Amino acid sequence: MTPVQRTVTKTLVALVAMVGFTIALVPLYDVFCQITGLNGRAASEPKAFASGNVDESRYVTVQFITRKGSGLPWRLEALDNQIRVHPGQAYEVDFVFTNYGKVAYRGRAVPSISPGEASLHLRKVTCFCFQEQRLEAGERVQLPMVFQLSRDLPESVHTVTLAYTLYPITDHMAASNNGAISQGGDA
Amino acid sequence: MAPKIPPKARLEHSESVTGGAAVDEHEHHPSGPLRWLLTTNHKEIGTLYLIFSLTMFLIGGVMALVIRVELFQPGLQLVRPEFFNQMTTMHGLIMVFGAVMPGFVGLANWMVPLQIGAPDMALPRLNNFSFWLLPVAFLLLLSTLLMPGGGPNFGWTFYAPLSTTYSPPSTTFFILSLHMAGISSILGAINIIATILNLRAPGMRLMDMTLFVWTWLITAFLLIAVMPVLAGVITMMLMDINFGTSFFNAAGGGDPVLFQHLFWFFGHPEVYIMILPAFGIISIIVPTFARKPLFGYASMVYATASIAILSFLVWAHHMFSVGLPLIAELFFMYTTMLIAVPTGVKVFNWITTLFRGSITFETPMLFSLAFIVLFTIGGFSGLMLAIAPADFQYHDTYFVVAHFHYVLVPGAVFSIMAAVYYWLPKWTGHYPDERIGRWHFWLSVIGVNLLFFPMHFAGLAGMPRRIPDYALQFADFNMASSIGGFLFGFSQLLFVWVVIKCVRGGETAPAKAWDGATDLEWSVPSPAPLHTFETPPDLRRVAG
Repeated sequence: MTPVQRTVTKTLVALVAMVGFTIALVPLYDVFCQITGLNGRAASEPKAFASGNVDESRYVTVQFITRKGSGLPWRLEALDNQIRVHPGQAYEVDFVFTNYGKVAYRGRAVPSISPGEASLHLRKVTCFCFQEQRLEAGERVQLPMVFQLSRDLPESVHTVTLAYTLYPITDHMAASNNGAISQGGDA
Repeated sequence: MAPKIPPKARLEHSESVTGGAAVDEHEHHPSGPLRWLLTTNHKEIGTLYLIFSLTMFLIGGVMALVIRVELFQPGLQLVRPEFFNQMTTMHGLIMVFGAVMPGFVGLANWMVPLQIGAPDMALPRLNNFSFWLLPVAFLLLLSTLLMPGGGPNFGWTFYAPLSTTYSPPSTTFFILSLHMAGISSILGAINIIATILNLRAPGMRLMDMTLFVWTWLITAFLLIAVMPVLAGVITMMLMDINFGTSFFNAAGGGDPVLFQHLFWFFGHPEVYIMILPAFGIISIIVPTFARKPLFGYASMVYATASIAILSFLVWAHHMFSVGLPLIAELFFMYTTMLIAVPTGVKVFNWITTLFRGSITFETPMLFSLAFIVLFTIGGFSGLMLAIAPADFQYHDTYFVVAHFHYVLVPGAVFSIMAAVYYWLPKWTGHYPDERIGRWHFWLSVIGVNLLFFPMHFAGLAGMPRRIPDYALQFADFNMASSIGGFLFGFSQLLFVWVVIKCVRGGETAPAKAWDGATDLEWSVPSPAPLHTFETPPDLRRVAG
């Protein structure tokens, strides 16, 4: 091999390595978000409640926001827009799904929590967000969400916002994401 | 130290070689109409790159003038908002990928072999291929403007989901053309690395190379590192659009913020790709016209390398307002500010080189001095933007537009112009017309400041970017900017005139066209013959 060929080979190896690194960044980003709770990603699986006493010395405001992605004629409402909670105590909040379309649709509510550091401390045992929903035309269902803010929530957090965005589920999405969407279920 | 011209005996030797019998066996380059299509000569390919870059600069400039004429007054006058969005997007894409990057590659093609004493680039056929990808890529990109739904309209940063879910049907062509431009850059970078690392004249150590060669070597490594990331991002976009994946689609489990992370992981090194070769050019021109060796050669090399390494650790400063955790905001704020240190080293070294120099103000020097002053202004507004809490205010305003135009126009573009004025005698054998050059310089400097300085104020007052209309209180700033824009835009016709005039004739330049020039390229005749350094100059120091 001439010196030029050696240099070119090395740069090509670096090039292929960078392509691999770029592809690897996608799953790495997901893992990173799961571990750190950035983007509220940590909130989409059920978790057992942390045991221990209720911290009655402080209140945290939990707000519920719902949004609708495009392509789904649904409405999602939280029956309580915000509640004041003690860390450590379990609470149940009800949400109402309405399909005002003319046919049945499948959809899923994807949660997101801000600030990001709170997402590791918000534990949900029951949530409609763990599974996809199917609503007939005009159907209206009320579904519960049971959660607890763990006691080790940082003192600096006074307000936690839990946002649900409704997305339609199309057939090919359901096929490719089968595992991810229906994992868990009610604990 | 930069290498000195070899002794007189060597100089004559290399001249005699270029006219001698050794050349004849290499005189099989293509002729006739296919000459430019098939050429593998680094000088001809360099010329092609530079002509392509100038053409793209003028096309992108016309788009900028469409933007400025629409923004001359508040309200919608000339173009529809949809078309305005296509203009801002295409202007950015063409200037970044079509004008500035090929401009620097063209200069590298011409000057790197001459400055290291190599007969040609290491991979001449690849060189031809990487150039000819570009006209195809940009014809395809420009043709999207005529397609149903129009061209790309999502900004040159093509954030998802604007560029996926809500993009025009032509986006697939945009992706293909960007892929081709990316492959062209990668192949060019491989070629430059192979040339610099293997074809240096005997005795030329890495630390003997000129700063232009050094900065290009580091830039080429940056290109190898980040162009695959760009290719990956646009491939993911392609799959999201056409194959139902959800990399950037939250409905399918993806994340649009991931797009921004990946894009800026490419994008921030990319902005240094567009400025490091400029640093190299200025580091050659300033010592020539100050008639002093460059102050702090080694520190310049290390500063360039530090900037390149730090560029991988600052990408999220473009994303302060997406909702990063506090620790990340702080990290990216501090690393960004850290870049000011090696950049400051460079600026101070240029100033110290000027100190007590015997300075003359030929056109290349005028552009270089303007570069130092105006690039530093752009650097300072960059530092203001680096402050995360302040950036929440400045984000997506005209302040950002002012900042990056200051570093790219009187920064990168002025350095290319300085380089063209500096090396035109070597390329054509004639000096560029000094009188028209001065007119071009002064009109450009006045135009560029009138164009971009008021944008700082408009941005601080809250004017958002990429919108064809604006509130009344921004009217005066925008009118000044538009007048400056037309002044700057039309004064570039003087540049075209100077170049054409210089190619056709003018005062004859000797081999060493500038009094204070010391680098190797000035040892070959002007104009440089098609083949140079077939016998490499021997720079080995006499032992003992």
